Amino acid sequence: MYGFEAMTFNIHGGYLEAIVRGHRAGLLTAADYNNLCQCETLDDIKMHLSATEYGPYLQNEPSPLHTTTIVEKCTLKLVDEYKHMLCQATEPLSTFLEYITYGHMIDNVVLIVTGTLHERDVQELLEKCHPLGMFDSIATLAVAQNMRELYRLVLVDTPLAPYFSECITSEDLDDMNIEIMRNTLYKAYLEDFYKFCQKLGGATAEIMSDLLAFEADRRAVNITINSIGTELTRDDRRKLYSNFGLLYPYGHEELAVCEDIDQVRAAMEKYPPYQSIFSRLSYGESQMLDKAFYEEEVKRLCLAFEQQFHYGVFFAYMRLREQEIRNLMWISECVAQNQKSRVHDSVVFIF
Amino acid sequence: MEKFIDNLSPMDLMRSEKMSLVQLIIPVESAHRAVSYLGELGLLQFRDLNAEKSPFQRTFVNQVKRCGEMSRKLRFFKDQIIKAGLLSSIHPVVEPDVELEELEMQLAEHEHELIEMNSNSEKLRQTYNELLEFKMVLLKAGSFLVSNNNQAVAKERELSENVYSSDRYVEASSLLEQQMRTADQSGLRFISGIIFQSKALRFERMLFRATRGNMLFNQAPADEEIMDPLSAEMVKKTVFVVFFSGEQARTKILKICEAFGANCYPVPEDFSKQRQITREILSRLSELETTLDAGIRHQNKALTSIGYHLTQWMSMIRREKAVYDTLNMLNFDVTKKCLVGEGWCPVFAKAKVQEALQRATFDSNSQVGSIFHVMDAVESPPTYFRTNHFTNAYQEIVDAYGIARYQEANPAVYTVVTFPFLFAVMFGDWGHGICLLLGAVVLIARESRLSTQKLGSFMAMLFEGRYVLLLMSLFSIYCGLIYNEFFSVPFHIFGGSAYKCRDATCSDAHSAGLIKFRDPYPFGVDPSWRGSRSELPFLNSLKMKMSILLGVAQMNLGIILSYFNARFFHSSLDTRYQFVPQLIFLNSLFGYLSLLIIIKWCTGSQADLYHVMIYMFLSPTDDLGENELFWGQRPLQIVLLLLALVAVPWMLFPKPFILKKLHSERFQGRNYGMLVSSEFDPDVEPDSARQHHEEFNFSEVFVHQMIHSIEFVLGAVSNTASYLRLWALSLAHSELSTVFYEKILLLAWGYDNVVIRLIGLAVFAFATAFILLMMETLSAFLHALRLHWVEFQNKFYHGDGYKFKPFSFALIAEDDD
Repeated sequence: MYGFEAMTFNIHGGYLEAIVRGHRAGLLTAADYNNLCQCETLDDIKMHLSATEYGPYLQNEPSPLHTTTIVEKCTLKLVDEYKHMLCQATEPLSTFLEYITYGHMIDNVVLIVTGTLHERDVQELLEKCHPLGMFDSIATLAVAQNMRELYRLVLVDTPLAPYFSECITSEDLDDMNIEIMRNTLYKAYLEDFYKFCQKLGGATAEIMSDLLAFEADRRAVNITINSIGTELTRDDRRKLYSNFGLLYPYGHEELAVCEDIDQVRAAMEKYPPYQSIFSRLSYGESQMLDKAFYEEEVKRLCLAFEQQFHYGVFFAYMRLREQEIRNLMWISECVAQNQKSRVHDSVVFIF
Repeated sequence: MEKFIDNLSPMDLMRSEKMSLVQLIIPVESAHRAVSYLGELGLLQFRDLNAEKSPFQRTFVNQVKRCGEMSRKLRFFKDQIIKAGLLSSIHPVVEPDVELEELEMQLAEHEHELIEMNSNSEKLRQTYNELLEFKMVLLKAGSFLVSNNNQAVAKERELSENVYSSDRYVEASSLLEQQMRTADQSGLRFISGIIFQSKALRFERMLFRATRGNMLFNQAPADEEIMDPLSAEMVKKTVFVVFFSGEQARTKILKICEAFGANCYPVPEDFSKQRQITREILSRLSELETTLDAGIRHQNKALTSIGYHLTQWMSMIRREKAVYDTLNMLNFDVTKKCLVGEGWCPVFAKAKVQEALQRATFDSNSQVGSIFHVMDAVESPPTYFRTNHFTNAYQEIVDAYGIARYQEANPAVYTVVTFPFLFAVMFGDWGHGICLLLGAVVLIARESRLSTQKLGSFMAMLFEGRYVLLLMSLFSIYCGLIYNEFFSVPFHIFGGSAYKCRDATCSDAHSAGLIKFRDPYPFGVDPSWRGSRSELPFLNSLKMKMSILLGVAQMNLGIILSYFNARFFHSSLDTRYQFVPQLIFLNSLFGYLSLLIIIKWCTGSQADLYHVMIYMFLSPTDDLGENELFWGQRPLQIVLLLLALVAVPWMLFPKPFILKKLHSERFQGRNYGMLVSSEFDPDVEPDSARQHHEEFNFSEVFVHQMIHSIEFVLGAVSNTASYLRLWALSLAHSELSTVFYEKILLLAWGYDNVVIRLIGLAVFAFATAFILLMMETLSAFLHALRLHWVEFQNKFYHGDGYKFKPFSFALIAEDDD
């Protein structure tokens, strides 16, 4: 079917593609962000958002507002849209849409497990979970004492089970283990998603492989930076990198042996797409790296909309909305804490 | 003639209302009242003078926010009222308007009260639910335990076991008793509780996995449904009892219970104790029930009292919000004591606006009156037509194409008659016309009732167009009488046919034809044509020629309207170099054709009009021979042809060149521009409608004129041809109805069988209703629409105006409903 998507795509995917493009047109624009950045109170933000697509979700919130309420309601909108699309989707689009949520699922599992390790209340933890990554028995995660139990009790029913089978140890859970588990799961998830997209073929494979490769590379860099100075061995670190992407395999060899941020930088600058990201940062700096990566990601996601007849738009839209919600959260936090000078530090403009 | 036209009294619909840009300077203290009076009047469209400011930077943002907050509270009340199921009993009570501040306080009070009541009743409800669940657990789990105890503790209770084993679950548990009896002494324990039925299966699986199968799970569905506090829905729950051993398993199971939202209740093993607890619970339950009921009654009373005012409050808040939104469009003047607003208002309404402003000043005891004065505007004013029930639908038909430019000739006036008439030409059948008429009459008769209720989109469309439908049906009846069609059956309404058979047997009627023996049939088509061999050629020739006549007439009307536009806007250029050549071009070709058609009809000549028209171009000097219709036709044709040829460059070249000349004359010797500064001109508001700039680009103007001319010349031919759709659709309509009549109804009637006849009648009725009355109506409607939008309106209509949207409370209420 390669190259002939235009002939058959619209039979099943046309409606949803139209829907998702319509949603995308509802993303906040630069003018909206400008106005939001000038807000003095959270009520101002609510007032401004009520003129956008978020309006119906925020209009019944009594003031005074909290940042969490704003973020919660905005996420609710995304979830509603996602659920609508999932209901309307047919195979293989429905599987594709489900794949998008697995990342949140992994994060939620890690959140609950870490939380119970630190003896937090399960209900409180559940509220913090991303609604897209919820599954039925998520609350039971708290029962598990070690990874084997975790798998046997809960995760075996979830779509994460195949990823998990790779990292089962009977070790007790601790912070380090959990972090390794998260990255192993993520690696397996990305590889699986990548394979799935390749199987779909056509423009979907082309665009998604680019987006997922970027995601894998970004994770590789983050793992490297975060593991510098910890007891994680080079081999273990190497094992956490996903087996695809621009850095695979030679970049991974170099990243695996990095001892400080400048070595990472040296390794990354050999790859032209990442050179521009690192060239904007001064030496030894890693705080702004996240933002730089986000900006690059947003640029790539927006490009996914330039082509028609592929599923990448769904992935791109979900990611863009999530980025927008992150932006809103940052702006609201800045406004709430009277730190308006720092508003521009972390906001990634989408258009 | 010119004088006569000038002296005609202006008609409302001919041109849009005269508008003027007015400036209002209102003192702050009376601003709110003034704007709300203007909203009631609904004849002033405010311009946004703060367009560059974001909503929360405007002056009255706090009031807007307060209105938003209040409408949120009102929505909350409405939700509560709907939840309590009280909506039907609400009759709006009209009371004098309360002050906004007072209302705000009242609303806050009510909300506080309601929230408190809700939380109280929620607490009660929760306790009630817990007790209810406990009761059910006791009832169900007790039965499991009894059997357990009996075997483990004492044999003499076998009698009672038999009693309890009526429960089907006991059997399942007793089967396992053998194995458990030993474990019982060594600390076999149990946890009993209740869980959502939907989760029970997964819960059991999880327990099984967590204890590695070392447990026994018993369940029984609860008898009553329990209200879910979150969604306020009744849900089914399942009572369960888990038997297990060991302390570790216990913590695990408790954790799982917590994770699944299962509520655990301890059930004493002792039977008498169980009974005692059950009794206690039952008495407490009944107590709680009365308290709950009293709470609900109290709440309902509060809600009903709110419900009385709810509609009024809501409309009041809506108005307040609209007023503040409008106030936000105004500017403060330099002294900060007055608000300055600009807006469009129809000239006839100026006095009313002024009066409203004065009233506001007076009512708010303001020291200073409002100032109201007219400004001159550069920007084109909005288009406003005062329509009524009848003309509104026709105006909508025109507006759907484009809103008329300010004060240009309004095609809706002519559309009122031409649109239904052209429709009827295509839909000519007086039987079908009567069906449409009935529908239209029903809609109009129930007008007052239908206009108040909310209709579906299809019904709403029909209702909006009821007067169009009425005229369409009347004209269809008229055209149907001319075509002599009634469901394709000819009738002898206006006397007998003019034709008769050659002899008494009528055997050669279809081969040799009939002979005419008296005067023609007085009105419409002679019924004898129906079914004859020459029916189609005769009707085709008639309808085709009629279409051309109608088309040429309507296009001429369009061109004449362009003359009135040119006159009105004092553009003699357009009259001389556009209107005159266009009129000449169209009439020298197709006007001439129409003349020939009429002469041919009047004289009964056999001349071939195709031949005449074609050879008029190919060899205009040749002799016409037998096709000559009147004396001097050949020289006339040559003259007309020359006129048409001259008309083309006439409409193409002079206008752009004259425009260029005028432009260069106006700026003769002025090679400096005007100073653009607002400092020297204190009157000019920064965002006012007075901007002046005009660039002249000759090539653009010329290309535009060229496109226009070519479009007209080619359009003259293609538009005339386009009017032939009148003939084509009318033919299709009559043929379709003939097919349904002859091939279905008559065919079925040929059988002497009631069932077949009934089926035939039913099929005929359906085909008539759905295909002829619905589909054909739609298609004829669309074709009539096209003829108006394209063929008629492109002769004169610009349609690039914008609609007058006054600030009016009536419109706001409509939007929200």
